[in-house]
Amino acid sequence: MAIGHALLGLLEGGPRHGYDLKRAYDERFGQHRPLAYGQVYSTLSRLLKNGLVAEAGVEAGDGPERRRYAITDAGVTDVERWLGTPEKPEPYLQNTLYSKVVLALLSGRSATDVLDVQRSAHLGTMRELTRRKADGDLADQLICDFALFHLEADLRWLELTAARLDKLAAEVGK
Amino acid sequence: MSLLVAQDLHKSFGKTHALEGAGLTIRAGEIVAVMGPSGSGKSTLLHCIAGILPPDSGVVRYGDRELTSMSDRERSELRRTDFGFVFQFGQLVPELTCLENVALPLRLSGMKRRAAERAARDWMAKLEVDGVADQRPGETSGGQGQRVAIARALVTEPKVVFADEPTGALDSLNGERVMHLLTSAARETGAAVVLVTHEARVAAYSDREVVVRDGKARDVEFVR
Ligand SMILES: Nc1ncnc2c1ncn2[C@@H]1O[C@H](COP(=O)(O)OP(=O)(O)O)[C@@H](O)[C@H]1O
Ligand SMILES: [Mg+2]
Repeated sequence: MAIGHALLGLLEGGPRHGYDLKRAYDERFGQHRPLAYGQVYSTLSRLLKNGLVAEAGVEAGDGPERRRYAITDAGVTDVERWLGTPEKPEPYLQNTLYSKVVLALLSGRSATDVLDVQRSAHLGTMRELTRRKADGDLADQLICDFALFHLEADLRWLELTAARLDKLAAEVGK
Repeated sequence: MSLLVAQDLHKSFGKTHALEGAGLTIRAGEIVAVMGPSGSGKSTLLHCIAGILPPDSGVVRYGDRELTSMSDRERSELRRTDFGFVFQFGQLVPELTCLENVALPLRLSGMKRRAAERAARDWMAKLEVDGVADQRPGETSGGQGQRVAIARALVTEPKVVFADEPTGALDSLNGERVMHLLTSAARETGAAVVLVTHEARVAAYSDREVVVRDGKARDVEFVR
């Protein structure tokens, strides 16, 4: 997730301190990975340098936590462009898994085992997400469902590959 | 403690070898997903371990009793007292109301109508279908029908619930709801569930999975 864009989006609601921003981010997006303060301030200084945010007053005392930030017009345009641009549909795991299967076949190891172990790990994660969903609110459910559908897609690929191993073995053996 | 143990099951239909040495173990109260591609023998395995279909060879043990050497009568008695069933399509009796359907297994065991219907109502409430108690199955939605079928399967408080693709005819949202209610109800009563499914999101409600491939079941222990 692009942290810069997320922070910009949060600033559209009004100016905030860095600490405030971190809290808002963690609450909405940080379920699994809360932001580190350093990340917040380095991101903010980058946004500042690029003119996407501006300082909006400093309270008495010093330290970055006294500074308030506001989104600029350029920042708003940037958020709009980000929201309007699709994410690259990344086939992130398949490359690794495909390589493992091919290497197993090449080296005379069991490719079925590779697939089984992966399926089991995928299902384990899916169980955990399913449990978390049962205890969570609607936001948790939607976030977990997103992950569940993606893991399911991986699993379907694993099943299909398992069903085609003989054919793949023949091709790899050529 | 193992509740249900199947060993080296073989079953053929003419030239089709549906099971070729399948085996599995179900412990009391656990939810086990039986997964595998279509035609791999999942339903045949379920029918054999539930005493619906006699295998050609192999042994099925339930507690200290051997299902595979019981008479048909003993087996159907055991199914009625200890097992519950949910299939892809509810298999409810169309002429009866939903409440009468859920009460039916208790009535067949000789329970008085009022007591049976009171228990049935409780189960329908747990599965959030008490609203359709007086409707006939044909008047309910698919998701409601499945939840009525689950209430009927659980009303006798069976030790094992056999569910064969219970969400197969439902959309994602209704499927989720059915799985959530089925598994929470089973955990509440301590019933084991044998859940046949080819869908990973459905299998994710289980404690562990068994994969059937080419008529052989492969037990995969899930380490939490
Ligand atoms: N009653 C039957 N008569 C003939 N063939 C059957 C019968 N039941 C199952 N089969 C065959 O046995 C194999 C396994 O079927 P089944 O257990 O239904 O698989 P699954 O439930 O995994 O899809 C398939 O090839 C199927 O066509
Ligand atoms: Mg089947």
